[in-house]
Amino acid sequence: MSFEPKIVAFLCNWCAYAGADMAGTSRLKYPANVIPIKVMCSGRVDPEFILDAFKKGADGVFIGGCHPGDCHYVNGNYRAMHRVAMLKKLLKEMGLNPKRLRLEWISATEGVKFSKVMKEFVEEIKKLGPSPWRK
Amino acid sequence: MARRIGVFVCHCGVNIAGVVDVEKVAEELRKYPGVAFATTYQYMCSDPGQNLIREKIKEENLDAVVIAACSPAMHEETFRNVCKEFFNPYRCEMANIREQCSWVHDGKEATEKAIKLVKATVEKLRGNEDLMPILVPVEKRCLVIGGGIAGIQAALDIADAGYEVILVEKEPSIGGRMAQLSETFPTLDCSQCILTPKMVALSRHPKVKLYAYSEILEISGYVGNFTVKILKKPRYVDEDKCTVCGDCEKVCPVIVPNEFEMGRKPRKAIYIPFPQAVPSTYTLDREACLGLAPLTCAQCKEACEADAIDYDMQPKIVEEKVGAIIVATGYDLYDKNKLVEYGYGEDDDIITSLEFERMLSASGPTQGKIIKPSTGKVPKKVVFIQCAGSRDKNHMPYCSSICCMYTAKHALLYKHHVPDGEAYIFYIDIRATGKGYEEFIARVMEEERINYIRGKVAKIYREGDKLVVYGVDTLTGKKVEIKADLVVLAMAIVGKEETKEIAKLLKVAVDEGGFLKESHPKLKPVEALSRGIYFAGCAQSPKDIPSAVAQASAAASKVLALFAKDKLEKDPLVAVVDEEHCSGCGVCISVCPYGAMQWHNGKAKCIEALCEGCGTCAAACPSNNIEMRNYRDEQIEKMVEVII
Repeated sequence: MSFEPKIVAFLCNWCAYAGADMAGTSRLKYPANVIPIKVMCSGRVDPEFILDAFKKGADGVFIGGCHPGDCHYVNGNYRAMHRVAMLKKLLKEMGLNPKRLRLEWISATEGVKFSKVMKEFVEEIKKLGPSPWRK
Repeated sequence: MARRIGVFVCHCGVNIAGVVDVEKVAEELRKYPGVAFATTYQYMCSDPGQNLIREKIKEENLDAVVIAACSPAMHEETFRNVCKEFFNPYRCEMANIREQCSWVHDGKEATEKAIKLVKATVEKLRGNEDLMPILVPVEKRCLVIGGGIAGIQAALDIADAGYEVILVEKEPSIGGRMAQLSETFPTLDCSQCILTPKMVALSRHPKVKLYAYSEILEISGYVGNFTVKILKKPRYVDEDKCTVCGDCEKVCPVIVPNEFEMGRKPRKAIYIPFPQAVPSTYTLDREACLGLAPLTCAQCKEACEADAIDYDMQPKIVEEKVGAIIVATGYDLYDKNKLVEYGYGEDDDIITSLEFERMLSASGPTQGKIIKPSTGKVPKKVVFIQCAGSRDKNHMPYCSSICCMYTAKHALLYKHHVPDGEAYIFYIDIRATGKGYEEFIARVMEEERINYIRGKVAKIYREGDKLVVYGVDTLTGKKVEIKADLVVLAMAIVGKEETKEIAKLLKVAVDEGGFLKESHPKLKPVEALSRGIYFAGCAQSPKDIPSAVAQASAAASKVLALFAKDKLEKDPLVAVVDEEHCSGCGVCISVCPYGAMQWHNGKAKCIEALCEGCGTCAAACPSNNIEMRNYRDEQIEKMVEVII
């Protein structure tokens, strides 16, 4: 059986989640491996959530936020950006390919981008194979 | 905490059930711990669907429900209102198995994902607390940004209802694009004649505070409680003293193009954009003026008998508190220099639709005479090109909505001015969907004998004093070559650059055309995703005057509904600090964008009225002592567990 990655996507309520809805309204297909969790802001994504998801066996973690300057909460997306940059280094140290963590800015109108990014990310994770942390 | 959860899976006709095996979802959920009941129904949002939820809550003694259906953006409120009759609305959560599942995935995969989504939602629901909305007072004043017809209409509607309106217009006068138009389709009313009474009514309205020649600097706060900083640019002319006698203009030695006339007529450095401008006053253009230094020129000051000119006028920043905001910033034309195929529009005799409007206007650069700009003679052959930059993958992909109609009007008015002239219109399709529009097009085609050519123009080039318009008639398949005197481009409509700035301040999304993104394309066309912010007119999408006016009144009615309440309900999804275990490091205080986290006896405390619930503090707290209500760490971790 081919490898079907398990991916958690933390989507901010105002941009990325609405962008995912837009992809739906426009019927833009993408692989079902990505399961979204809505958070109010990408800045809410505690680095611990990401580590926890990997620990539980996620092959990839995605974070979607508003474009720089567009954050509904002023600057939560910048915080997310810094945290992801820091975590990527940490993941590498811990023996996990940092490509398994991806942050993207997706606005409420960018259904096309959401679908495209999901396809790309699933492909990327498929290439990387199952997470070494999988039980 | 919920013990008996009911799961209601919606078919949404075939929208969900056509892809997801809804029965299987219900069956799987019945086996899930904590779920006491699960069922499916065709349209859960319909009256019978809602009644089914009511019945089952009673029959099965449910204490919480998960509705697996569309996006919560769509119906969360609907279902929470049903649940309110029985228990706290936060005992109702939605699983989005339509937009983020059935519409984007196929078959078995979709069903599996739907099951996971519903299970994860059950887990989230289990961790929810019962919450009551936080009540905040409403500042019953409205800010309207933009003084075109949409802004004017919205402001008048709200002011007539008795609430104060702050209208901010960037230009020296209100009136916007409509003030520039000659006649309006399909009735051919004179645009200014129907607009200017409204402009005057607005300026004289006791409830309206008009800030013309002003810009928005900052907007902070939230629904009911916005604080706006407005920059009043100096006019260097006292509005109250200026009598609009025009003596200053006569002596001013500086000549620059008049923006109102689309640069087709000069103005002085001290000017009034058009005679009926409101507020009725002159403005000194600082950039063009010889230096605002009396020693350099000062001729206007000497000429002004009313002593209205003040070179020392300073920019002023004023702060206003408002409860709601209407954005009506209007549109711009697509840049004609981007149209390679039409010679970048550089030729003098290739003009835009708005330039043609000014030419038709009795108060315009030619006093209503149609001329060929390069020679000043009457053009005997005019080619109108529709969709210049619209419906074009290389430029703007969308339809600009009004060009078919105004081009027909342009051709008709041209024929009235030059009865022996010939008019050609290149079009892709004719879109005439408004009231009386189709009849108008028929009249133009039949009575006025305008030559409609279905096809696109490939190129335009100059040959002597003529412009050769070269294209293909797609109905006959033949090449068409017209030697024209004048070419009028029906330019695509785009959002204003300034709208993007305002959108940033308001945290509102803008699409590729530069138009403001509404909360729902069909059911919430005037609301922004953030509460208390509304749209009117072309800032949201290209539209004609009746639609802009209708949307403005719609936005006004939304604002009035908001102002009908004395207190607003604010989402209680705020941060909570575990004060007992807080170490007092202050990280949360430094990251909070709203200043909601404050020191309290050496520890952090969340001021709920200020907290917007973003959760940045909770993610930053090094000792995990901050939780977001109903988005607690534990809930999210449980969801992750179910998903993986």
